[in-house]
Amino acid sequence: MTGTDRLFLVLSWTIGLCCVVFLMLPIVITVAASFTSSSVYTLPPPEWSLRWYQSLEQRSGLWEAVTLSLNLALVSTAISLVLGTLAAVAVTRGRFRGREAIATFTVSPLMMPGLVVGVALLQFFREIGLRDAYWSLLLGHIVITLPFVMRTLLASMSAFDFSLVDAARTLGLSYPKAILKVLVPNLAPAYLTGGLFAFLASMDNYPISIFLTDARNKTLPIKMLQYLEEQPDPSLAAMSSGLILMAVIALVVGARTVGLNRMIQG
Amino acid sequence: MRSLENIGLLALPGLTFLAVVFALPLLMLLLKSFQIDGQFSLEEYRLFFSDEYNMSVLWRTLRVAALTTLLALLIAYPTAIAMSRANGIWLSIFLVAMVLPMSVGVVVKAFAWSIIFRTRGVLNDTLMSLGLIDAPIRMLFTETALIIGAANVFLPFMVLPIYAVLRQMDSRLPEAAASLGATPVFRFFNVTLPLSLPGVVAGCAFVFSLAVSMYVIPSLIVGERQQTLSMLTARSFLFLRNEALGATISSILLIIAISVVLGSSWLANRLGARQ
Repeated sequence: MTGTDRLFLVLSWTIGLCCVVFLMLPIVITVAASFTSSSVYTLPPPEWSLRWYQSLEQRSGLWEAVTLSLNLALVSTAISLVLGTLAAVAVTRGRFRGREAIATFTVSPLMMPGLVVGVALLQFFREIGLRDAYWSLLLGHIVITLPFVMRTLLASMSAFDFSLVDAARTLGLSYPKAILKVLVPNLAPAYLTGGLFAFLASMDNYPISIFLTDARNKTLPIKMLQYLEEQPDPSLAAMSSGLILMAVIALVVGARTVGLNRMIQG
Repeated sequence: MRSLENIGLLALPGLTFLAVVFALPLLMLLLKSFQIDGQFSLEEYRLFFSDEYNMSVLWRTLRVAALTTLLALLIAYPTAIAMSRANGIWLSIFLVAMVLPMSVGVVVKAFAWSIIFRTRGVLNDTLMSLGLIDAPIRMLFTETALIIGAANVFLPFMVLPIYAVLRQMDSRLPEAAASLGATPVFRFFNVTLPLSLPGVVAGCAFVFSLAVSMYVIPSLIVGERQQTLSMLTARSFLFLRNEALGATISSILLIIAISVVLGSSWLANRLGARQ
């Protein structure tokens, strides 16, 4: 190894480790700031305290926003998993033309600006007379979650040995049963990672939801930005830390069951 | 046995859903922006592009997106190289540093950056206690703060595609070049870099399209004073009630996004064909 080689390596490792610190910085700062006793953001906090976590009880509308967001994320992810499984089986197993195009189309919402999708949905729902905020949000959130599910399912189904499904059918299972009992358990890792990222994307979405809410149906990100304008105290850091905890749990579950390396492939 | 043609029908529910609730609304939005009272017209676009303020917003949006992409690439490339050579615990550290921030939402991260950049915030306090500055400097509401925050949020989307390509690359190729006497610099520019370009193109396209249309990050870091196209869109819908303007800007954002997708896949194909 020559001197220049070593220099290249040292340089890329230095930048790489700085990058790790840089990426973790906002998360660490938020968690640290949430345990302050002061009512402004100073780090390190003058004293550690749980007062901002206790203050969350008094935030009006917070609980409703949390349940609405969880509801939307769970229901839209579940629907996407069903629609996604059917579409992915069709694309990987079918022998018709345009399968590539279908695969690209189902993943394409990921590449479209969220805000534009939100505006388009707002005008579209108004046009067809859909006024209910919950249903508008749910339809919008399926558009958010479906591409995440499709991306992982398409990748892992193309590597799946479908003769297993055929074998199950020879043994007397119907096609839907064979899919449910053979394919789904075998692709559990893909369902887990696709489902997790879809769930988190739905929980976090702001740009689509903002156009579809009404005064009574506000998702958590919308409520958080509203609090930030009205009363930006460290209780927001406490709420954020709650969301960070959720992400950490998702990560631990994912890493334990499918491995970190597979999680990034989706 | 059910014929394999019929299996294609399984795609129908999902496809119908996306066609009706995703493609159709976007198409209607796009068509509507070229119409006034049912007639084809470019009047809305002429109005938009003749307004100096709008042009400054468009220019700022593109500039911020380009600089964010550049900053992310400069950090991501060396990181992806280090990551592709890492093993064991180091690889796990890198992977956690990518996946955890991706799982934590944009709202949380943008909020964190607004605490960091505040005048009496974390960064100013640290710099002052280190004696590097005497008085707090204004960081929040600046374009630099926005670019740093945005690059931070989108960084994993740049690192991971480059890492994926580098990891797949046959590590014997640079070694072979070395044994033939190629210098490290020559090897980097003639072997590693060209082979990793598909990852770079994918990462840049993704980060650029995310950065052009970002909304939460600029509204928390720079606020209303420096508008971007998406903030202008949201404002014209939610506050100004000027839906024609909002629809026009959305269509411009949509056209930018579609051109980035088409341009990058064309570039990726060309790069693939050359190898």
